[in-house]
Amino acid sequence: MNDKKILELEYSTHDSDRMRINVGPQHPSTHGVLRLEVEIDGEIVTEVVPHLGYLHRSFEKHCENMTYPQITPYIDRMDYISAMNNEWPYVMALEKMMDIKVPEKVDYIRVIIAELNRIANHQIAVATFGMDAGAFTPFLYFFRDREYILWIFEKLCGARLLYNYFRVGGLSADIYPTFKEECLDVIKKVRKTNAEVMNLLINNKIFLQRTTKIGILPADVAINYACSGPVLRGSGVKYDLRKDETYSIYNKFDFDIPVGKGAAGILGDCWDRNMVRMDEMEQSCKIIEQALAQMPAEGDVKAAIPKKIKLPKGEVYMRAEGPKGDLGFYIVSNGSDKPERVKARGTSFVNLSVIPEISKGYMFADLILILGSIDIVLGEVDR
Amino acid sequence: MDNVNFLYDLLGENVLSIALVVCLPLVFVLVYALIAILAELKVSAWIQERVGPMRTGPWGILQPIAEVVKLLQKEDITPDRASKLLYNMAPFIIFTGAYAAFAVIPFSEYFIPAGINLGLFYVFAVGSISAIGLVMGGWASNNKYSLMGAMRSVAQLISYEIPAAMAILSIVVLASSMNMQEINHAQTGWFWNWFIFGGPGPISKIWVIPFTMVLCLIYFISSLAETNRVPFDIPEGESELVAGFHTEYSGMKFAMFFFAEYANMFVVAAILTTIFLGGWNSPFNTFMQGPIWGSFWFVAKACSVVLVQIWIRWTLPRYRVDQLMYVGWKVLLPISFVCFIAVSLFVMLK
Repeated sequence: MNDKKILELEYSTHDSDRMRINVGPQHPSTHGVLRLEVEIDGEIVTEVVPHLGYLHRSFEKHCENMTYPQITPYIDRMDYISAMNNEWPYVMALEKMMDIKVPEKVDYIRVIIAELNRIANHQIAVATFGMDAGAFTPFLYFFRDREYILWIFEKLCGARLLYNYFRVGGLSADIYPTFKEECLDVIKKVRKTNAEVMNLLINNKIFLQRTTKIGILPADVAINYACSGPVLRGSGVKYDLRKDETYSIYNKFDFDIPVGKGAAGILGDCWDRNMVRMDEMEQSCKIIEQALAQMPAEGDVKAAIPKKIKLPKGEVYMRAEGPKGDLGFYIVSNGSDKPERVKARGTSFVNLSVIPEISKGYMFADLILILGSIDIVLGEVDR
Repeated sequence: MDNVNFLYDLLGENVLSIALVVCLPLVFVLVYALIAILAELKVSAWIQERVGPMRTGPWGILQPIAEVVKLLQKEDITPDRASKLLYNMAPFIIFTGAYAAFAVIPFSEYFIPAGINLGLFYVFAVGSISAIGLVMGGWASNNKYSLMGAMRSVAQLISYEIPAAMAILSIVVLASSMNMQEINHAQTGWFWNWFIFGGPGPISKIWVIPFTMVLCLIYFISSLAETNRVPFDIPEGESELVAGFHTEYSGMKFAMFFFAEYANMFVVAAILTTIFLGGWNSPFNTFMQGPIWGSFWFVAKACSVVLVQIWIRWTLPRYRVDQLMYVGWKVLLPISFVCFIAVSLFVMLK
């Protein structure tokens, strides 16, 4: 960066009333290694500048030296909370380029595991948000339930966090015999815990006081900052790629897109964003139930996997609705087995950019909650 | 009170007995703190569907000792630009404040370290000492988080002492004494003689019972704030201030803060027990009543209150600093005034 001034806070006048605090990179609630440079006046936040790059692994440059299948594990490491959802748009992009039609069963399995991973992601998001507010117990309730989802993934592909499960045109392994029952069992547990957390945390008087009417993100600002996912929907904008730009087989399922209604405070506050996540978990459960019922019993998940992955010359952009929002991959191919350029649209990165806009004027404790309500993963922000 | 202390009766009032009287609560606090830490670990584990520590000793009961040994081994770091004297003094001042209150805690009918007449007043006076320690620690650490934590804690301690004082004053009016032992003696008999149920008296006291119950609740809430426990743990609010005023402390000095917190929890629980829950009195009139059973009842009641504090900590989220002030000044304080007036009227009309 030549222009260092952009990154540093500017002090035109020396104002002794104001204090400058570094929140992070070593801080318990920056959800990773984010560094926020905060200027506070007493307890009121007057300026916030996020500093990125502590987890930069030059993912995009690495991709240029790897073959297409080798890139998938790297994509897992972007948003490591929801690796399954990350792999999907990338694999879809390659399929679109190579003109591969995936078997029907593969599509169903993909939908089921993507929604399971969405639930797992939202569980962590709500759990850490609660922990930011000081409630530690719901955090562990959610982690207990997330474990059941991870067990399913472990049985599917052998990995708990970084799956490398999606293949171009298929999947690395078929489902196991008790998959259906275990998924239904998990859904039951998810719903039970969600009902419990609604009582314990979401509708708790203190939690309502803490999270409503802070970090208000108006719909037009959200759109201007290109926010997506629950951050955008929390502001009342009904935008979800699963419906608006239907991919795979999402048009076969009946589900709603939950949006923030300002039910507890003002439309677009932290509570709304959090509530959207809670509602989305329920919708994901509904999708999984339908998908499990409709899924064809027969089918080879490896049937359409090509022997050699070589893209024709050209470029492709494919996006899908990840748990955090709109996740896209732009791939430029030069006709060889390695990409010329891979550009990822990191959802967390885009969503994080709205932080300075919505956290000014609130208290310092609110800043932490606002950051928590955005639900970022630094692996995806820095890549 | 003539025989406030069984040790003086046994040994006479000499240096040895005074030293014993001073040390006895310290031994108690040490043992209690270890048990309370284990209780905190285990209770939080049960609330969160975990098993808690299981490896250190049978069923993990040696875990607190392991933690103390760990803290003793840690390097004692003093930040470079810290004000050394204040920085090193702060943990001791905080612990002094917590331990000084034990002087007037009536463990039994025949054991109170100092049976002074202004017992309750004294508790309040020494309770404020810890606020000085907090500010010293926070200021001397040369850390912005510590400073913010210290500023918040003082504001919090001062604003919550007023409702707590109102609650205590109401009981002083009811008992017409500030002596801890006299307050205990006034509550002798069945449990409906406790001041949470309006104190001893004919059935006509029934209309004052709601007020005294509310006062008990107010005192309990204020005591949570005074001990910096959830939902009022704002001075050390982990999610924003890392660890608040003790961010920079490590090793044994950190252990002192920790120790003082648990000692403070017991102090407020003991005061709540004494002024509202009958102190060392048995709930069932003469059944299991007596000096030895008295200390059992007292510790049992106080530890139950501590257990509730732990339970609340693992259930509720944290307040924000302005909401905390709102609760203190605009909710608890007016209600405590109303209750105080009601109790005073009751005493006047009696």
